[in-house]
Amino acid sequence: MIEIKGLAKRFGALEVLRSVDLTIRRGRVTAIVGPNAAGKTTLIKMILGLTRPDAGAILLDGRDIVRDGDAYRERIGYMPQAPHLPENLTGAEVLAMLRDLRGPAATVDESLIDGLALRPELSKKLRTLSGGTRQKVNAVAAFLFRPDLLILDEPTAGLDPVASGVFKDRVRDARAAGATFIVTSHIMSELEELADDVIFLVDGNVRFAGPLGELKAVTRQDNLERAVAQMMTRGAAA
Amino acid sequence: MSARVVRKVVGYQLRDVLRSRTLMAYGAFFLLATEALLRFTGDDARALLSLTSIVLWVVPLVTLVYGTVYLYSAREFTELLLAQPVGRGQLFAGLYLGLALPLALGVVGGVGLPFLVNGVDDPARRASLAALLLVGTALTAIFTAIAFCIALRFEDRLKGLGAAIAVWLAASVLYDGLVLLIVSVFSDYPLERAVLALTLANPIDLARVALLLQFDISALMGYTGAVFQRFFGGALGTTVVTAALMLWIALPAAIGVRSFHRKDF
Repeated sequence: MIEIKGLAKRFGALEVLRSVDLTIRRGRVTAIVGPNAAGKTTLIKMILGLTRPDAGAILLDGRDIVRDGDAYRERIGYMPQAPHLPENLTGAEVLAMLRDLRGPAATVDESLIDGLALRPELSKKLRTLSGGTRQKVNAVAAFLFRPDLLILDEPTAGLDPVASGVFKDRVRDARAAGATFIVTSHIMSELEELADDVIFLVDGNVRFAGPLGELKAVTRQDNLERAVAQMMTRGAAA
Repeated sequence: MSARVVRKVVGYQLRDVLRSRTLMAYGAFFLLATEALLRFTGDDARALLSLTSIVLWVVPLVTLVYGTVYLYSAREFTELLLAQPVGRGQLFAGLYLGLALPLALGVVGGVGLPFLVNGVDDPARRASLAALLLVGTALTAIFTAIAFCIALRFEDRLKGLGAAIAVWLAASVLYDGLVLLIVSVFSDYPLERAVLALTLANPIDLARVALLLQFDISALMGYTGAVFQRFFGGALGTTVVTAALMLWIALPAAIGVRSFHRKDF
C-alpha cells in the first residue's frame, strides 16, 4: 500500500532519517518501534504530509503523496500522541468541526463513541475532561471517516484498560475489514497483540522490517519486548 | 470548497477563543475603561483621546502575547487539522481570522458599546470614534500576523513568548526613544523625510499618526505627528497612512503564510 524510497530528513545537524526504504502492506498492522529519537514520529508525520522529505518519495498506491496534493488524506485517519484539543470547545464540537472540514459527502462512523462510553462527555468542554477522555475523543476522530489507512501514535497511552480493550478490538475489526494500520507504541505487549509486521528504526536507519514472527526468529526470542531489547543491545554493541 | 474550509475553521476557532477567559477579560477591560473615562471626563473628546493611548498600548501587547500563547497551545490540534484533507493555505486563513476576529471584537465591542449606549451626537466625534475602532482592528490584524510569524519561527514556546514581548517593547517603547534620539542628535539637519520614513516603519507609530490626523491635535502629540500633519494634512495623509497600515497587515501575513506552507510540523 505504501512504498517508501530513499526517504531522508535532516533537522539542522540532526539526521532524523537516512535513506529509508520500506514497504507497508495493505490490510496489515505495521508497528514502528525503536528507541527515542529513532525517527518514528518523523516517519509518521511524513506519511501524513506534515513534514516534507529532503530526499526520496512516499508512494501511496503508486502515487507520490508530495505531488498528489491534499486529497489523499481523505483516506487517512490519524490519532496523534498528545491529546491537546481546543480547550473551550466540546468534544462534540471538535468532531463536528472535522466533519465540516471533510464536507457533506463524507460518511461517518460514530460507533466508537458508544463503544468507549463517550457520549455523556461529549457535551462538556475539553478543558474539563481528563487526559484519557480527551484521548477517547482522538480515537473517535481517527475512525470517524471509515479510513482505509489509520496512523496511530501511542494510541492507548492514557486509556484505561476497558477503553484500551475496546479500542484494540476496533483495530482488529477494521483490519479484518481490510484497513491498513501504522502504529507506534512503547507498550510492546500491545504491539505484540496487534502487529503483523514490525519496522525497527534506530538513528534514522531501518534495522529490521518484516513480519513479527521473523523478528522473533532472527533474535531467537519468543516475545516482541525481548526481541526488540535484543535488537537494541545488539545495535549498541555494533 | 476551499472557502468552506476557511469558514468552518474560523467558525470553530472563533467559538473557542470567544469562550476563553483571557478574551472575556480583554473585552471587559475596554468596556470598563471606556465607561469610566466617559463618566469621569464627561467629555467625549477627552475620553477618546485617553482611549487612544490605551488602545495603542494594550492592543499590540495583548494581541502579541495572547496570540503566541494561543498558537503554541493549539500546535497539536493544528497538526490534527493538517492531517485532514485540507490545504495549508486555507487552514492558515482560517486560523488567522479565527484568532484576529475575536480579538478585534474585544476592542471594538469593549470601546464601542459604552459610546453606543451613551450616544455620540457630534459627527466629528463619531468620525474620531470610528477611526479609533478601525485603528484598533488594524493593530489587531497586524499583531496577530506577527504573532503567527513568531510562533512559526520559534519551536520553543518560551523563546516565542520572549520574542513577542521583545517585539512589543521595541515597537511601543524603544522606537519612540530612538526617534527622539535621532531628532536631538541630528537637530541641525532637515529631518522631516527621515522621520516620515521612521513613522511608516513602525505600525504603532503609524496607528498613532492615523488617529492624530483624525483628531487634528497632532502638534500636541509628539514630533512625528507634527511632521506628518505638515506634510500630509488632509485626505492625502489619511490615504498614505491607510495604505501603509494595509501594507503592515499584508507583509507579516504573507510571511506567515509562506512559513506555514514550508514548515515541518
